[in-house]
Parts: sequence; structure tokens; C-alpha cells
Amino acid sequence: MSDIIRLDAAALAAKLASREVSSVEATQAHLDRIAAVDGDVHAFLHVNEGALDAAAAIDARRAAGEELGPLAGVPLAIKDVLVTTDQPTTSGSRILEGYRSPYDATVVARSRAAGMIPLGKTNMDEFAMGSSTEHSAYGPTRNPWDLDRIPGGSGGGSAAAVAAFEAPLALGSDTGGSIRQPAHVTGTVGVKPTYGGVSRYGAIALASSLDQVGPVSRTVLDSGLLHDAIAGHDPKDSTSLTDAWPSFAEAAREGARGDVLKGLKVGVIRELPDSGFQPGVASSFRSALALMEAQGAEIVEIGAPHFEYGVAAYYLILPAEASSNLAKFDSVRFGLRVTPDGNPTVEDVMSATRDAGFGDEVKRRIILGTYALSAGYYDAYYGSAQKVRTLIQQDFANAFAEVDVIATPSAPTTAFKLGEQVDDPLQMYLNDITTIPVNLAGVPGISIPSGLADEDGLPIGIQFIAPAREDARLYKVGAALETLLVDAWGAPLLTRAPQLAGGNR
Amino acid sequence: MLARIQLNDDEVSRLTGQLDAIVDNIAKVSEVATADVAATSHPIPLSNVFRPDVVGQTLTHEQVLQNAPDAADGRFRVTAILGEEQ
Amino acid sequence: MAAAKLMDFDKALELFEPVLGFEVHVELNTNTKMFSDAPNPANEAYHAAEPNTLIAPVDLGLPGALPVVNETAIRSSISLGLALGCSIASSSRFARKNYFYPDLGKNYQISQYDEPIAYEGSVEVELEDGTLITIPIERAHMEEDAGKLTHMGGSTGRIQGAEYSLVDYNRAGVPLVEIVTKVITGTEHRAPEVAKAYVQAIRDIVRGLGISEARLERGNLRCDANVSLRRRGEEKLGTRTETKNVNSMRSVERAVRYEIQRQAQILADGGSITQETRHWHEDTGTTSPGRPKSDADDYRYFPEPDLLPVEPAAELIEELRAALPEQPVARRRRLMTEWGFTDLEFQDVRNGGILDQVEATIAAGAAPAAARKWWTGEIARLANAQEKDAADLISAENVAALQKLVDAGTLTDKLARQVLEGVIAGEGTPQEVVDARGLAVVSDDGALIAAIDDAFAAQPDVLAKIKDGKVQAAGAVIGAVMKAMKGQADAARVRELILERAAQ
Ligand SMILES: [Mg+2]
Ligand SMILES: [Zn+2]
Repeated sequence: MSDIIRLDAAALAAKLASREVSSVEATQAHLDRIAAVDGDVHAFLHVNEGALDAAAAIDARRAAGEELGPLAGVPLAIKDVLVTTDQPTTSGSRILEGYRSPYDATVVARSRAAGMIPLGKTNMDEFAMGSSTEHSAYGPTRNPWDLDRIPGGSGGGSAAAVAAFEAPLALGSDTGGSIRQPAHVTGTVGVKPTYGGVSRYGAIALASSLDQVGPVSRTVLDSGLLHDAIAGHDPKDSTSLTDAWPSFAEAAREGARGDVLKGLKVGVIRELPDSGFQPGVASSFRSALALMEAQGAEIVEIGAPHFEYGVAAYYLILPAEASSNLAKFDSVRFGLRVTPDGNPTVEDVMSATRDAGFGDEVKRRIILGTYALSAGYYDAYYGSAQKVRTLIQQDFANAFAEVDVIATPSAPTTAFKLGEQVDDPLQMYLNDITTIPVNLAGVPGISIPSGLADEDGLPIGIQFIAPAREDARLYKVGAALETLLVDAWGAPLLTRAPQLAGGNR
Repeated sequence: MLARIQLNDDEVSRLTGQLDAIVDNIAKVSEVATADVAATSHPIPLSNVFRPDVVGQTLTHEQVLQNAPDAADGRFRVTAILGEEQ
Repeated sequence: MAAAKLMDFDKALELFEPVLGFEVHVELNTNTKMFSDAPNPANEAYHAAEPNTLIAPVDLGLPGALPVVNETAIRSSISLGLALGCSIASSSRFARKNYFYPDLGKNYQISQYDEPIAYEGSVEVELEDGTLITIPIERAHMEEDAGKLTHMGGSTGRIQGAEYSLVDYNRAGVPLVEIVTKVITGTEHRAPEVAKAYVQAIRDIVRGLGISEARLERGNLRCDANVSLRRRGEEKLGTRTETKNVNSMRSVERAVRYEIQRQAQILADGGSITQETRHWHEDTGTTSPGRPKSDADDYRYFPEPDLLPVEPAAELIEELRAALPEQPVARRRRLMTEWGFTDLEFQDVRNGGILDQVEATIAAGAAPAAARKWWTGEIARLANAQEKDAADLISAENVAALQKLVDAGTLTDKLARQVLEGVIAGEGTPQEVVDARGLAVVSDDGALIAAIDDAFAAQPDVLAKIKDGKVQAAGAVIGAVMKAMKGQADAARVRELILERAAQ
């Protein structure tokens, strides 16, 4: 395996800047890696034919002496929920097979402007509905740590691509944990920014009031670098914040120096009992906290009495918004069209298309959402769920009056086996129990690797949550803990993942 | 039906069984959603987000129709409509 | 479909009281659409665009696209709310109205539901005889228009029997304000007239504000009329029908009248009214049933998560209130006094929809009586013949210029009418038409005297008669001279010259 692909984005960027490595070489190395291992991993739905041309263009600009951004020339994998002009976009659904967007998502445009090289589009649960990437219409992605296991979801493709060294960086989207839970099960880093911190324009909407685009990487610093490139106000997204953001990469560098842990108050939620978590997850979480405590952090127990209603509220709000967002897939302007026999009306064509084009999980949630919004049920379901949202926000506000960040395990279990939960949606929904409240409240969250579970040797993540607009705090704390852990392990966790030679599953 | 998805019998039985369990589970939100609690529709409260009334770059006619499953005469083509205009 | 049986209107009014309600959709003439920066086809500048050429991603509901609110549309909506005497909500918001229809790019319409921008107002409408009636307004809310469907095959243009339909999304996203009245009672036999006057009043208001092109034939203003009948002596309101998209003032009046007569006959025959939408057919002057209410009417409204509340500052509201133009009814009263028209003369102008034109013509220098005479006379006649709006035929400036030529003696009334036709035919300004057609009065006495001498030579007895004092005999010579001059002479001057000549 080429050394180039083992470099994290910051290290690769340094070699690109010093012209020790060209972007074409870096891009080619990653394309080779994809060719070698993606047959097994299936992280990509599409590999960008134009990647080498884009890399050559960056090399030429650099050769011409142009001042380029910190990530110029670094390859980037893009979750297929983000629309791109140069590659198809499907959101993991049959209904969008072959769809070509006439415009780029804002985060994609900003990534291009920053000189990053789009490597391809990554696999995901259909329309980002799922926690395992098994609901992709194009087949599941496999976890590079164990190819019989799920890579998490919905952004399993982005996490697996980064974990399998197919890309140093990836873009993801997180509605209830779709960046952080895959990071947890693949030993990678993922950040869900403050709602409105990153533009949603061009991110195919799942639940508009919950969706947020964010970075996926192997280090906290790399996520900070990517977050810096995509953050900031976008007039095309009304919910985009006008805040001037500090540099998240700078925050990560500051965190890595370690002092931030001194006196840091870390909240642990009383209502999240150990019993709900796999033993290895709970013990990894406790050791991480102990490590922080040893560096001067103070662990404070906090109450969050309404978190237990989070999953229920989420499974009303998400399907309700999704049922409306996905109504546009009707065979009229784009996407699949299925015309039944006989003399079908346009209604018949729409119904047949949506039946053929959507998978079970999508249908399930559309039906659920349609029901939750219907006249007789709105108050009891959607209306009540919006109130739970207020209560969860209050829980966070109360907690952040006492602590600087909140810590939770990123998910209850390590990666489960493909097929294990696919027929039990309720069980599947519980995978996001600690990530969902973060989206409901709009606050930022990060997942970083905390270790491997004793019982199965699979990766585990720890989640930190900060108040809205305090994303930088997550990078400081995350980088501080990451530094301590990597020192303790002697090398990044991913060095312990199996080498995927390819073809030897 | 409202969701405009044509489900066959098999799908109906498979999906509805699971749906009942899900609905039972999520109904618990009403336990705490009392009348005195305000609803939150946007996680970060903002207001008056407007755009100046200035024409921007539009899609070309080609871009508009580039993904059309069927088109004729510069427009999207659909089969006959039996329902009524809203 | 068999024609519905209609009860005589007066008889219907003996048995029932008509109860009305209106929903008027006003297309705003902003530069761009409600939620995208694509050009707005309801603005005159973009009206003639080819199908599917005024499109931003959100207008097609493209994956990933998001709406952003047009600030001018907000200001226009607040101004309209204020002009309707409404309160402006300190906080209003958008909601999604979900239903599947191919003209709706997202399969939901962004509208306002339980929190409209304006609520509780009233509009004074003036009937043709000057009677004032107050129409109570429930709300005015902002929303977006849908695209346009054209039904092809079968009997082209109709839904029934069409083989396929074509969709143009140019109109998708055009900013709309929907004005909803409260229940209107007490209009009695004037109900159809009130309906027409109400739509006219809304048109006058939005024109006065300059926020809409307000052309009914283009759909800039669309009226849905709710009609129900209440049996005399009963408290309870009857079941209503909603007649959709009636696109001229006259049709609104006719449709209401038709529904009263149709419903009265059904009720008198012991039948009941179905709550339904009905479609107005301009050609036959009838309505036909649309679809009955069904589960498809559960629009599953919920707050639009992609947009934020609208919370206009009190200062903005006051700024817009201060900028409101004079109310149309007050303005009409003022103009009538200023111009010195009789009631009848003024109604002619108002009912002809040419108040603005007359005012502009007077402002351009014409006397009020002359301005009125042109617009209610010759221009109205030509507009009628060409089936056009008088306002579209000629500008007020050209009418004033034409009148100036008459006042200066350059044109006779008859010549002026020819010049008018030339201007309307696009031949230029009145002066240009006069020059090009050589239509000015012949004021060269030499030419006239020559023609008079010719006439006397042809009719020698006439000269003798005039010399005898039989002055009326001059008429025959005047006629001959005018003929020779092809009408381009001032008959009074010709007469003077004839008498001078005879006296020599
Ligand atoms: Mg309506
Ligand atoms: Zn409407």
C-alpha cells in the first residue's frame, strides 16, 4: 500500500504545499486504493472520472505560483446526498438513478473552490434513512474492520472510505447521527456542526430542521480543516447562520497542546444508564473520561430528563418532514418513471413510480410521516414532538449552565453484523439514541475514536456535545483527548484495522 | 392515498405490522408535551431572512429539461390527468 | 352534460338570501419570484417568456434546492394588507400545503396557514350607481403560484379526454397574495353586482399600490367565488360551492348570478347542494362540478422548516402605511369634484375602467371634458371593436397631444378621429400622423378661394341666390369645396370666404 494514502489530510496537504507530492500522485494513489479495495468495501457509488484532471489543474496552479488554500490538491469523498454537476447523484435511491444536478451543493462548490479533488460519491442508506447503509438501493457498504459488519449509517460510505484509506477526507450529512454513528463504528472522526453552521443548499433534504452537513476524517485536525473550508453563511439557505466562525483547525491545534482539559467541566448524563450499552462501549467511555480527569477535567453528573423522549420525537419529526421533502420524487421532472399497463393516469404513474423507486424503509417513513401530519393526528404526534424538542433544548440549556461540554458514548454498540437488525426497525432506531437529541436541539456534536471493545475488538467512539455556535470547543476537547489516546495507544487506532489487500474476503 | 405510493398486499402486511409497533412506541411523546410547552420548529431561532428582489442566474432551458423522463414542445410531458386542478 | 335548470333570479331572491365569500389571488409584479431569484413572469418585463425559461432549481423542486423569501414581496404584501385595512401580524410564518399535482414542482405549495401576514380588515366597494358597501376581510396571506398545465389531445385544452399534458413551470413560484373575505350577507339582489364591484375594488387597490399588473385576462388577478343560499327566515347558512378562477369582472358577476339561480332551483325541488368546487365556463356561461371534497383535501399543513418567521418591525409597517396611496373610493370622490363631471359622466369613466387614463390625459394638458369625451367615446368604440383594453390602444400623452391639435385648429373633429386611428395603428404620434397623412386643415385661403371659384363656375345660379340674400344657398358650395379639399378644410372658414366672395 502506498504511503501517500496513509497520510492524514493535514500531512498530505503539507507534502502538497512543499511539492514533495503532486495532487495527481495523491489522487492516483487514492484511485488505486479504491480500485484495490472498494470491490470489498463498496464505499463508493461512483468514482469521479474527472478527478485526475482536477488534480492536474491544481498542480498547474501551484506550479504557476498561485497562493492556494490549506487543503488544495487533497482528495475528497462526497456523500451521495450532496448534488454534483460532474457526477451523478442518487441519495442511495433507485428513484434517482443517473440523476445529474445542474448545480453543485454549496459545500461541494466551496470544496472545489478550496482546491479539493472530488474522488467520487459515497454510499448511504436510501435518502439517509438508516444506521447501517444496508438500506442503500445499490447494496450495502462493509465495515473495513470486519467486512461482515455494517459501517454505520446513513453515511456508511463516507466513514468506510476514510477508514479504508480510500480517501483522507469525506463530506457527510447528519440528521440523527449519520456522521457520528458511522465514525463510532469505523474508528474515524465525524462532526455534526451547529444547525445553520454549514449550508444545506444542495444537500438532498431528509428532515430539513435536523439535517446538517459536516466533515468525516481520520483526525480531529483534518475535520477542522474541512469544516473551515465549508462553513459560513450561504444566502441560498435561509437557515444558514451569519456568524463569523473561528478557525476550527486552529481550535484543534490548540486542543492538541492539552491545556484545555485543565478545569474543563464535562457533563455526563445521569439518565443514560450503563445497562443500555454494550459492556465494551461503557468501559471504553469510562476510561476516556478517566484519562481526561487525570489531566484536570472535572466530570459532573447532569440531568437530562427528556432525552428518553428524543427517539420518539425524532421518529415523528423526521418522517413528517421527509414525507413532504420526498414528495418531489414523482416521475414528472426528473428521476425514475414507471408507467403501468393499460391507460394510466398521471396519479397511477406517480404511485407506481414511487412504489418501484423507494425501498421499504423509505416507504415506511413516508407513510408514518403522512400519518403523523394528517388532520386528526397532528397535535398528538407532530405537535407533541415539536414540544419535546423544546424540552430537550431546555435540558441542554440547564446542563450547559453547569458544564462546558457533555460526553456520551457515540452509540450503544459496536458494529453489528449485516442483516442483523434490518428487519427490526425499532431496534435499528435505537442506534441513534445518544446522537438524536443533538440534532433535535441544533447543537454541535463530535465523535472521536475512544478505543476497541474488549469483547469483539471493534472500534468505539466517544461523543462530545457543546452549546450552539460553540463548535470550536468540540475541536479543542476532541483534539486534546485524541492526543492523549494516540499517545497511550502508541499509534492511531486505525493502524490496528485489518489491511485490506483486496479480493481476500 | 395521501403518500401516493402504490403498495401491493405483501408490502402492506409487511409495513403495517412494523408501523403499528413504531406508532405505539413514538406515541409516548404526548406524555410530556403538555399545553404549557411551546413548540420548536427551528432549532436555532432566526427571523426575517430575506433576499433582495434582484434577478439571478437561472437554469438554461436545456438544464431545466435535462433530467425529464419525457418532454415535448419545450415542456415536461405527463400522461392524462383525471383529477382536478387544485 | 345536460344544462342545469335555473330558477328565475327574482324568484330565487324571494325564497333565499344569497351569502357570498371570495378568495382573490393577486400575482405580485416583483422582479423575481417569491422564493427564487428567477424572473417573475407576472412582471410585464418577463410576461412573454418561452415555456420553462424562467426557472431556478427550487421552482422545479430539484433535489437539494431551498427557498429564500423575496423581500419586496414581503413589503408588497404588507402594503396590500394595510390597504385592505388589515392588522399586520407581528409574527407570521410559512407553512407547507402538501398535495400531489404535476404543476407543483415540490408537490407542496409554500403558503401561510394559521399565521397569515395580515388579518381582519375591510374594503369599501362602490357599485355602479355610487352605493358604497363594506366587505369584511378575514385575512391576506402570502404563497406561491403553481406552473401551467396544457392538456393535449382529445378536446384540446380540457382535462377530460386529454391524452397527455404538458407542464411549464415558469409560473411556479410567482408571488401571490390570497385575500380571503369573511362571510358576506345582506347583498340581496345586488349580490352579482357586489361580486363584480369587489373584484374591481381589489384591482383598483393593487393598481394604486403598483404591486401587480392586475390584468385579469392574464391571471394576475383570479377570483374564487363562494356562493350559498339561506332560506328566508332561517338562521343557518346553506352549503356553499366554490367557483374557481373566474377571469373577468363580467364573469364574476355572471358566475354568482348563475350559481344563485342553479342552487335555488335545486333547493326548491327538494334537492341539496353538494359542497364542491365548480368550474366557470366563459363560453357557455355555466358552471360545472369539479371534484368533491375528499381525503385529498387533507393538506397536512406544517410549519415550513426551510423558512423562518416574518416579524416586520413596527417602523417598517409605519413607513409602508405612510406611503399608501389615496384609497380608490376617496380618490374617485375627489376627482369627480375636481373635474366637475356629473354623476353619470363620472360613472361612465369609472365603469369603463379608464379613470387612470382620463386622469393622465388631463395631467398632460387636456381639458377634463375633452379627455372624458375621447376615452368614453371614440377610443372606447375602437377598443370594443378590437376586443382590447382601451388603455392598451393609446397613451394618455398621445390623446392629450391630439386634443391640442384640435384646440389649435389644426384638426377638425373629423380629422382628429382619422389621426386617432393612425396613432392606434402604430403610425406614430398625432403630429407624425398629421404630417405623414397630410391630414391638417387646409388653412391656405388661396387654395380655398380657387376651389370656391370652381364651385361657383359649376353652379352659376348659386352665386346669384347668395347675392340676393339667400345665404342658406351657400351650403351647396361649402359641400363642393369640402369635397374638393377631401374634408381637410375648416367649414366655418370656407363659409366666411364664400360670403366675402359673393359680396365682391
Ligand atoms: Mg384558497
Ligand atoms: Zn391560494
